[in-house]
Amino acid sequence: MTVVYWLAYGMLGGGAMLALVRLGRGPSLLDRVVATDTLLVIIAAGLAVHAALERDPTVVPVLVVVSLLAFVGSVSVARYIGGMLLSSADDGQDVGLPEAAEEARAAEVDR
Amino acid sequence: MSVLEVVGDVVAVVLLLLGALLCLTAGIGLVRFPDVLTRMHAGTKPQVLGVLLIMVAGAIRLQGWSATWMLLLVAVFQLLTAPVSAHMISRVAYRRRHVRRDLLLVDELRADDELRDRVYRGDEPADAPPGEPGQTLAERSGENRNPRDERG
Repeated sequence: MTVVYWLAYGMLGGGAMLALVRLGRGPSLLDRVVATDTLLVIIAAGLAVHAALERDPTVVPVLVVVSLLAFVGSVSVARYIGGMLLSSADDGQDVGLPEAAEEARAAEVDR
Repeated sequence: MSVLEVVGDVVAVVLLLLGALLCLTAGIGLVRFPDVLTRMHAGTKPQVLGVLLIMVAGAIRLQGWSATWMLLLVAVFQLLTAPVSAHMISRVAYRRRHVRRDLLLVDELRADDELRDRVYRGDEPADAPPGEPGQTLAERSGENRNPRDERG
């Protein structure tokens, strides 16, 4: 059982750490939204692993709250980004291209 | 400890490890993939399959029906909400051009690319109609400028 503990928590922790790396590095806000979503799902999975390994049903209601929070958070941030520059000066033209578009343009130039 | 309990524990442990492995692959994919859509492809692996596996394992291990029903509620909720949030994020990502278009094999939303690349700066509002970008941009700037001039 100890081996299962280490394996399960090790894999969950590795996934959470890599999601945190993407959360810190992510070039755009949407990358961070995706990383946060994945991080919350991994946290919910960790709680469920704890509940299953310890036979401890007290954290099960927390799972419902965490999954609700992940959905509401990602949808609200996505809608926020969707209407973000409606009130910016000069219709957002001063902000420039997003980074993915710059990468695509650089790749086209390379080709 | 009966044979049935041992078999149940073994199945639960295997399911738990599979779910944890999916979480790890989600993290690796998030770091290694190039743009928002592919990162979302990797990141939503544990959102449905991983959570489902771990919920089944928890339902096997936990005693009593109340925990089982709540785990079932979480699983159904994930199944319902994962497509909605993925749809919204990917729509905003496409409209704001956080997508590597050169890596796409099929792009059904692409209108005529020259006009679009010239006119769209990638910062247009999400409710801008994709068909007539030039007209949209002109109308938007007109709407935004007129009240300011009247005020100033």
